[in-house]
Amino acid sequence: MELSVVWFCVIALLWLGYLFLESFDFGVGMLLPVLAKDNTERRVMVNTIGPVWDGNEVWLIVAVGATFAAFPGWYASLLSAAYLPILVVLLGLIGRGVAFEYRGKVDTERWRRNWDRVIVAGSWLPALGVGLLLATMMFGLPLDADGNRVGSPFAAITPEAALGALAVAGFSLAHGAVFVALKTDGDIRHRARALALRLGPGALLPLAALLILVQLESGSLWTWLAVGVAAAAGAVAFQRLALGREGQAFAGLGVLITASVIALFGALYPNVLPSTLDPAFSLTVADTASSPYTLQVMSWVALFGTPAVLVYQGWTYWVFRKRVSTAHIPPVHVP
Amino acid sequence: MDVLELARWQFGITTVYHFLMVPLTIGLSVLVAGMQTAWVRTGDVKYLRMTKFWGKLLLVNFAMGVVTGIVQEFQFGMAWSEYSRFVGDVFGAPLAMEGLVAFFVESTFLGLWIFGWDRLPKRVHLACAWAFSLATIASAYFIIAANSWMQHPVGVEMVDGRPRLTSIWAVLGNNTALTAVPHAVAGCFAVGAAFLVGIGAWHLWRRRDDDGPVWRASVKLGGWVGVVSFAALAITGDLQGKLMFEQQPMKMAAAEALCHTEQPAAFSVFAVGDVTRPDCENVKSITVPALLSFLAHSDFTTEVRGIEQLVGEYQERYGTNYPVDERLGELSGKPIDYVPNLPVTYWGFRFMIGFGALAALASVAVLWLTRGGRVPKSKWFPRLALAGIATPFLANSFGWIFTEMGRQPFVVAPNPSGVDGVWMFTARGVSGLTSGEVLTSLIALTVVYAALAVVEVFLIARYTRAGVAGVMPPDKPESDKPSDTLAFAY
Ligand code: HDD
Ligand code: HEM
Ligand code: HEM
Repeated sequence: MELSVVWFCVIALLWLGYLFLESFDFGVGMLLPVLAKDNTERRVMVNTIGPVWDGNEVWLIVAVGATFAAFPGWYASLLSAAYLPILVVLLGLIGRGVAFEYRGKVDTERWRRNWDRVIVAGSWLPALGVGLLLATMMFGLPLDADGNRVGSPFAAITPEAALGALAVAGFSLAHGAVFVALKTDGDIRHRARALALRLGPGALLPLAALLILVQLESGSLWTWLAVGVAAAAGAVAFQRLALGREGQAFAGLGVLITASVIALFGALYPNVLPSTLDPAFSLTVADTASSPYTLQVMSWVALFGTPAVLVYQGWTYWVFRKRVSTAHIPPVHVP
Repeated sequence: MDVLELARWQFGITTVYHFLMVPLTIGLSVLVAGMQTAWVRTGDVKYLRMTKFWGKLLLVNFAMGVVTGIVQEFQFGMAWSEYSRFVGDVFGAPLAMEGLVAFFVESTFLGLWIFGWDRLPKRVHLACAWAFSLATIASAYFIIAANSWMQHPVGVEMVDGRPRLTSIWAVLGNNTALTAVPHAVAGCFAVGAAFLVGIGAWHLWRRRDDDGPVWRASVKLGGWVGVVSFAALAITGDLQGKLMFEQQPMKMAAAEALCHTEQPAAFSVFAVGDVTRPDCENVKSITVPALLSFLAHSDFTTEVRGIEQLVGEYQERYGTNYPVDERLGELSGKPIDYVPNLPVTYWGFRFMIGFGALAALASVAVLWLTRGGRVPKSKWFPRLALAGIATPFLANSFGWIFTEMGRQPFVVAPNPSGVDGVWMFTARGVSGLTSGEVLTSLIALTVVYAALAVVEVFLIARYTRAGVAGVMPPDKPESDKPSDTLAFAY
């Protein structure tokens, strides 16, 4: 296999890592006002992702950075053409990152309430925005022969892109609810499970619609197969959840998102960013890839880097494997 | 304003802002890891208290470093897409390595450090602090290697009008990077040190708590680190000056506002008058004879070319006019102005050195005034000590502004002694956006950054005032056995 194709798979893998990990921590943020009854419960929720959210976010940074290194043309066209949606994602991520760190730093209701608002908005906006970007990659943008956008700054906002936005946000809600059920104990755990069972299947509908739409446009036999796997994994996940097996349900949703990413990127290949003006202008793996030497260098880095990341991030989850409950939350101690 | 100007303002504002957080994170994280090491080795609670106090300030700052960094990672593609297409084969690699090698380690081990106080054995927990702080230095190395390639492109050949990477080792071992990284990292330590000195001295003077030993040890540590880092800055800065003389002669001339070629060349300490005019009329300058020759080439006789001569040389090598190209906008076909903004480069260079020297002086003064257990009574002492915190921040900002604006009008500066033909004009690198888009993001980011700056300063001031008591619950026995409550929970 050509290195450029390998790198297309690596980029897909990085997106998978990102969607898998950050979807549940987006979900935790989105559900903060819904699931928690008081400040202690909100702290329980935030602390389920406390040690890991930043590490999860780095998957996005590396996905984008690796795209720059391996497919500069893809990086340049996507980011400049979808300028305003990306700005919204960035503003959301900015708010969210500081909000986690700052919400507990002053002991007043007003302070906490304001930062909670930032967490909620900062989780919804990037979840929607990332979904929009993914769908944009699948359905394309009005690009000219040089890969530059023709048309208005809002060209990326289309019905299909909106569906993508809902798909990622919906998945984050379901994944987040199951994650809270898996990582907490006590009342909130039961509420999270009930919510996941009630809302989860509905929240996954936009993702299902997105997958089918993409496959109808450019699917093949094996990507349809991946869609089948995703559907089955979803069904199994909710069946296990109903039985109270939160870990298995969480894993089921993990298989679902893995199969979905395979189905999406599988259907996208060999394009990386289609042009809606003229298929001849579509950016492809072959014509945006870096030189073989650069790809070789990056392959060595990834070959040693990625397993190390998986090991120490996995270790982090193991260190903090215990469920968090209100009993673990120390009293507020701030100046 | 057109897209080019807006995009430049945006890049300048967001990176300078990012680089207010960055040096504090890098400097403090290593110092905090050192404090924790002292605690683990000696068991002295003083060091634990130092670790917790300075560690908290580090965390408040780190969050801002992260969120302002994310913008940087996207910005090359968003606003500088032509640049990204041009340099992608070379420039993306160090950026991706930074993510894969440094950011993952940083973010993961910081999480372990914050939440692991009671979960991890003491030594493993300490190792997390070191993993985190060394990763911040690794990130500095990779990103500055990328930046140095823009100052001095190496390890490439031109294929189809674009640089193609031929040796990653040349890029990672670029002599420009090998001097710029230690210089910038030393600048980070200067910031961390000034923090320790300023805040520690204020607490010593206030004598409100029983933590005198904590503040005294902090001042001492910060004072010495401050002095040593300034020495390192001067040495590495001198090395950078010699490279700049070879690699970017116009930047060298602009740093001095040196109009006419001189041999030997004098170093201008201070100028009175208008340095904007490249004809040097009306400028009176206090000079040190032959010092510039020494900075440039280690002897007191070397000829340093002035702006007038260099403009001619640049025009000969890189053209007199911009090509006719609609993507250059108003500049298409216009004459190229090879002279960087002289007041900015001239004063930027002097302010960098000057504020850095002030920081070092402040360190020495505080060390002297608090020697042998003394504490000055004057109310000027804490005021000046706290004000001193600003000096290395200013020096760092001026250093970057000088380096980056001295490179103009190029975004990738040509390498006179290396690969021929690799350069790019800043005007050619910008994305084909509408100015409305860039103006929107410029305003949105600036407003959000300004608001967050207020919050960060407010929080740091609050924790500073509270001292160690603000971060350590009273009478909590410290043990290395894992316990059930989350010690450092959000
Ligand atoms: C000399 C060091 C240095 C310089 C010149 C830069 N950075 Fe930076 N950056 C860091 C040193 C650093 C750091 C010390 O590693 C940070 C700062 C505080 C922190 O949290 O990590 C960081 C954070 C940080 C993050 C967030 C990482 C995370 O989520 O953990 C990103 C994506 C970037 N940076 C990207 C950039 C880019 C694209 C730059 C180029 C314009 C840049 N930084 C300049
Ligand atoms: C964090 C420290 C940095 C600071 C404070 C800084 C500062 C600046 C400033 C002030 C400008 C505007 C110059 C002008 O418009 O005249 C600029 C431009 C730029 N810098 Fe930096 N810079 C930093 C690091 C970097 C790094 C590490 C890179 C690359 C890896 C980089 C790449 C660029 C690019 C692409 C531009 C835009 C083109 C231009 O206007 O020159 N900068 N930077
Ligand atoms: C005697 C003192 C110093 C000398 C001779 C010196 C010299 C230099 C030179 C020549 C450059 C430009 C490199 C280039 O563009 O090719 C530079 C950049 C820079 N300086 Fe200094 N400097 C000194 C002190 C300081 C101090 C005290 C600080 C901060 C505390 C500082 C921070 C910076 C930064 C952040 C840059 C830009 C990044 C880099 O190129 O490393 N410098 N310095």
